[in-house]
Amino acid sequence: MKWLRAFVAPFRGLRLRLLLGFAGLCVLTAALVAGGMYVLARREILQQSQDASVASLTRQIATIYPLRTLPPTKQSMTDIADQLTTRGNDVRVEYQKMSVGDLSGSTITADLREVIGNGHMAWQRVDYDGTPALIVGTEIMVTEPGQSVRPSGVDVFAGYQLLAEEASISQISDIAWGIGALALLLAMLLGIVVARSVLGPVRELRTAAVRLGAGELSSRVPVHGSDELAEVARTFNNTAQSLAEHVAELRRMEADARRFVADVSHELRTPLAAMIAVLDVLDDQASHLPEPTGEAVRLVSQGTHNLTRLVNDLIEVTRFDSGTAALALDHIDLAVAIRATLRARGWTDAVDTDLPDGIMARVDPRRLDVIVANLVGNALRHGAPPVSIRLTAEPGWRIIEVADNGPGLAADVLPQVFNRFYKADTARARSEGSGLGLAIAWENARLHRTDDRVAARAADRVGDRAGDRAGDRVGSLVAANRPGGGAVFTLRLPTVEEPS
Amino acid sequence: MSTVLLIEDDKDIRDGLALALTWQGHTVHAVESGELGLAALAANPADVVVLDLMLPGIDGFEVCRRIRASTNLPIIMVTARNDDIDVVGGLEAGADDYVVKPVQARVLEARIRAVLRRTGADPAHPTETRKTGVERHGTLAIDRAGLVVSRDGTPVGLAPTELRLLLELSASPGQVLSRQQLLESVWEQAYLGDSRLVDACVQRLRAKIEDDPANPRYVQTVRGFGYRFGPL
Repeated sequence: MKWLRAFVAPFRGLRLRLLLGFAGLCVLTAALVAGGMYVLARREILQQSQDASVASLTRQIATIYPLRTLPPTKQSMTDIADQLTTRGNDVRVEYQKMSVGDLSGSTITADLREVIGNGHMAWQRVDYDGTPALIVGTEIMVTEPGQSVRPSGVDVFAGYQLLAEEASISQISDIAWGIGALALLLAMLLGIVVARSVLGPVRELRTAAVRLGAGELSSRVPVHGSDELAEVARTFNNTAQSLAEHVAELRRMEADARRFVADVSHELRTPLAAMIAVLDVLDDQASHLPEPTGEAVRLVSQGTHNLTRLVNDLIEVTRFDSGTAALALDHIDLAVAIRATLRARGWTDAVDTDLPDGIMARVDPRRLDVIVANLVGNALRHGAPPVSIRLTAEPGWRIIEVADNGPGLAADVLPQVFNRFYKADTARARSEGSGLGLAIAWENARLHRTDDRVAARAADRVGDRAGDRAGDRVGSLVAANRPGGGAVFTLRLPTVEEPS
Repeated sequence: MSTVLLIEDDKDIRDGLALALTWQGHTVHAVESGELGLAALAANPADVVVLDLMLPGIDGFEVCRRIRASTNLPIIMVTARNDDIDVVGGLEAGADDYVVKPVQARVLEARIRAVLRRTGADPAHPTETRKTGVERHGTLAIDRAGLVVSRDGTPVGLAPTELRLLLELSASPGQVLSRQQLLESVWEQAYLGDSRLVDACVQRLRAKIEDDPANPRYVQTVRGFGYRFGPL
């Protein structure tokens, strides 16, 4: 029954219901009026024709009175028939078994004969040779001298064709149909007009609601008149207004919070800069100092390093949030860059590498360094060896996978692993990371994007934020578990293939 | 060791860096504004300038330009925000290298050493021990031993980094060197450095040696790969 529902579905609209309602009402009214008129007119026309025929026959019969000879001879019956015959009728004269005239006996029903047999004039509409006809019949009276009037036993029947009447009736019926159709058309037009006047505002409301849902909070509908629809429109506008105010308030609060974080980070940086400047002096001297002063100095030093990293990471995050993070792209050999990252941190021997040379890409080398260092560092700290890094290329994309053989990431951790300050291992909550590393790596991946369709982008730019645009391919960083155990982080960077 | 002019407005950072650099063996003149820095430079010549960009009065960019106008002294700028506009602006003003606050004395010291090495002949560099004497490339004459570059017979005043970049590129004419290769060889950045250092230095170098910097003959860009000296 699915197809039926699918077929009916588009007909459930308000517009269709209104149209059908109007059409139904109109058809009913037209049918009643036209039908009634038709019935009345038909009866009237037939009555008149009948009366005329009866009167005419009566008049003609009067001219042949009195019948003188009984029983009539064939000749006298023919005379009667001739006298009664006019242009518009066929006549039949019967006396017992005899009959003359050109009206066929089969058109005269038994009912009619019976009524006539009782001495009345009678008529009946019949079908005569496929056309409607009126048969009028009567028994001729005879008045013999000195005697009272009595039935002669001679029956005359006259058949009148009703073609003209039928044509008139049929014309009336046609007119009735025509009026009905015209009325139906008018009703449909009226229905459309009414539907539009109702549905126009409804459609405006719908469009505005869709825009509002899509985040266009300035979306409003015009209010026409003061009916129920106007009331709905007004309510919608008020709701949208208060929604916009709430969202603006929330955005302002969010912006304030972000600015606060940025300000705090920057404020922290100045005293930290002074502290970290002298830290090397402290580090070098710590081993010469008597305990516990030496240990205290080492603690201060370590704390300052951690604090510096946290503040630097926070500042980096605020730059992503404010959209001021920019790419400094360079065309580099990825394997060389990754090896440099590993070498700089002393990880060359700790990591299995599958880094084919000659895979070039246009990336920001420092941001790539940040991502790779973070992924490999995490794998070394939280996963189990062997940690491996693999570089592959496919058209338009460069893929770097960092995998370890540890327990992998729990199902509830996976979706949150890139969240800021999210730490999967609560026991190691105070690890050396700032808790922002993966979040920053993720942002750095997303910052890499290509605009393959510059023209399309320029066309779409109106009212567009720095978000994803059609035609952009955006870098991604995805965490998953390997079938064989262990976590794998996959970095995909889009690149434009350069002609070599 | 060397004499460092430190221009930094924040007293704590100034004292901290001065302390650490002094401890590492440098002679440090620490001043708190650009005006004082320029005056100090006029009175006592320094080997290297460490310059904070955010300064009261004339800012770091302007100080950088004024120093560059008269000397080819190495300049390392300290940016407070790691903002790209600061880095690019500082490099365009003529800085040789930059570090981001908060900076460890060790990192700053390494950069100072690297930039100072560019000012003298580098015996460790094989290309220069092999090739001595004056090379001629078009109207350009490069004296690798004397570290003098002249154009149409007139000496060109190149900052140490610019000179080192030119020597590096002209050592193998026609060969493309990537930005990362140049960063390693000229800036001595152990791992992935900021390629904008190279781009900014190339711009400054072109302005000094090219007839038409917008249409360079000597230092040519190979789009997507790096830079190449010539072919002429």
